[in-house]
Amino acid sequence: MVEHTLTKKQKKRLRKILLAGVIYAGLMIPDHTGALPSVFGNRAASLFLYLIPYLIIGSPVLRGAFLGIKNHQLLDEQFLMILASIGAFATGETSEAVAVMLFYQIGEWFQDFAVTRSRRSIKNLLDIAPEFANVEGADGSVRTVDPEDVLVGDTLVIRPGEKIPVDGVVTDGSSLINTAALTGESVPRSVSAGSEIISGCINGDGLLKMRAAKKYDDSTVSRILELVENASEKKSRTENFITRFARYYTPLVVLGAVIVAFIPPVFTGNWMTWIYRACTFLVISCPCALVLSVPLAFFGGIGAASKIGVLVKGSNYLELMANPGTVVSDKTGTLTQGNFKVTRVICADGVQENDLLETAAAAEGMSTHPIAKSIREALCARGCSSGMNTSIVSDTENRTGRGLTATVSGSKVYVGNEKLMEENHINFTPEKSGAATVVYVAKDRQYLGAILIRDEVKPEARGAIAAMKQEGISSFVMLTGDRKSVGDAVGRELGVDQVYPELLPQDKVARVEEMLAKRKESGRRLVFVGDGINDAPVLTRADVGIAMGSMGSDAAIEAADVVIMDDNLNKIPMTVQVAKKTVRISKENIIFALAVKMLILVLGAAGLAGMWAAVFADVGVAVLCILNSMRLLAFRPVLPGTA
Amino acid sequence: MKKKFSCEIDCANCAAKVEDAVKKIDGVKDARVNFMTQKFTLEAEDDRFEAILKQAVQTGKKIEPDFEIDC
Repeated sequence: MVEHTLTKKQKKRLRKILLAGVIYAGLMIPDHTGALPSVFGNRAASLFLYLIPYLIIGSPVLRGAFLGIKNHQLLDEQFLMILASIGAFATGETSEAVAVMLFYQIGEWFQDFAVTRSRRSIKNLLDIAPEFANVEGADGSVRTVDPEDVLVGDTLVIRPGEKIPVDGVVTDGSSLINTAALTGESVPRSVSAGSEIISGCINGDGLLKMRAAKKYDDSTVSRILELVENASEKKSRTENFITRFARYYTPLVVLGAVIVAFIPPVFTGNWMTWIYRACTFLVISCPCALVLSVPLAFFGGIGAASKIGVLVKGSNYLELMANPGTVVSDKTGTLTQGNFKVTRVICADGVQENDLLETAAAAEGMSTHPIAKSIREALCARGCSSGMNTSIVSDTENRTGRGLTATVSGSKVYVGNEKLMEENHINFTPEKSGAATVVYVAKDRQYLGAILIRDEVKPEARGAIAAMKQEGISSFVMLTGDRKSVGDAVGRELGVDQVYPELLPQDKVARVEEMLAKRKESGRRLVFVGDGINDAPVLTRADVGIAMGSMGSDAAIEAADVVIMDDNLNKIPMTVQVAKKTVRISKENIIFALAVKMLILVLGAAGLAGMWAAVFADVGVAVLCILNSMRLLAFRPVLPGTA
Repeated sequence: MKKKFSCEIDCANCAAKVEDAVKKIDGVKDARVNFMTQKFTLEAEDDRFEAILKQAVQTGKKIEPDFEIDC
């Protein structure tokens, strides 16, 4: 099993390591037991014998070192390793020189193996790429092609268990499709003819036929894969810092080695001892563990986030998400469901509830306004349909910001807010609305009653906001274009700290700018959450812009820094958890690697740590950092309300 | 023009060094050597892109002999 996961290069290196290891062990035993004193008593002969495993294991390093010299790369890791082992030979530590090279190569091998493995497991997290597509020809025959070869308009057949290759629309059949790989949502979605489906989802038990609406390259899957791949290109601040640090680290340690080799012996003599100690410095001088540890952690963190259906478009954004200060959110569609429902019908004396609804519905006619739709739905739910008869309606007139008037079966009907009522001198009873929108209805100037309609808040919204506060955000701010009374009521219900109501889109940008200017003092980050539909300017302005529920919306994916693929607000605190864990692991890696290196440098200078310890400080630490980062792949953020 | 290639790069520090060196080549607007994804991204002047790419690979090979890209 393990054999299959090794690359060719890794296999070749492993063979060399094993061969050199066996020869080395074969030499060590007689050397230390004195079984062959005649040979090992002779220094030149034993040096010659030890050179055999040294050359086997060290040949690629020698080659690298040679090329390093040729290209004037004197701070090259391989050159420094060779220098260190030559130093060991020179000081008479023949067997140690071989051991260092051997363990250096073993360590490098493990490091390579671990990185390859982690690369693979992160790719597997994103196992959404379809391998093939079944295209149905005009004659009904089905060909299997590469998803890249599917043309827009092609009819595709998706058999049970297959991945949907491109975005499109179901034309025939019905099934349950599993969107978990894309949205992290475990409940399958039911689809039938007319449903839009996105690539990367897995078909359930039904046979589906679909029409391709997009090419593979434009489909959700390839966009997501590209996004995640590009994410590690945007470096976190920690990574930039450590890369800069590495630039000084190697020269400094090499300088240290020169000082240790040449200064103390001037006073104490004992050249061999100090040169050996300097060689341990050279072994520790490679900053690879440091340079590797940070991007690896972030790579893992981005993988962990995509596992819960959250796309983070850069390591830097994940880093910022670990310490959010203010979270600003849009209301409609983000905190609320964006669909209106009639919550209460208040009738004037002597008016029947159904008459009231029917009158209002008739006047609204076939309007697609969300309020009209909600009234129709309420009527249908009550089992009446006569309001749908549009032939009795005429002279419909929209009054912007007020409502509408229409003539229904010869009577003049008014449907709208208090302004409409006041302007038409209708004697109405004002209702306290709270979070609801009130629609007053009158017929021939006779007041019939009021319909209370509200946009329902998302069921998880309150818990998600509480969870964000637990994760340490300083305040949650809601922006809305709605009236103050509606905004305040929703804000209270959800535990929002501050509500800015009655904002036009451009006001929202201005508000966010204001808050951005203020957050400079606190140094904490401003996160904006929106549905990505018309808040693109704000998404780009905020430190981190999060777009929700925007599967397939190109504009939102473009503008946002973090894309939450389903509609669930809980994913925000969960992403903060992933971000915190990522940042913690990257810090652990840095501190651990630096501490071990410093310790061995000090001990090495004092003569308390030999080359073995130095090799551990170099490659051993790198492997431990890799393993530490891989913990992220197993990390499951806590779903708010389930802890 | 910005183009992305698969590349072979064996160590994280070498990736950083190659990236730095390629960025200094005349005509290169931006470059990224990603050790984790083994991808090399080069953004350079359109009309000399091929020549710059060649030079970038040469530079990379000097620093890290195993540096290789698939076109």
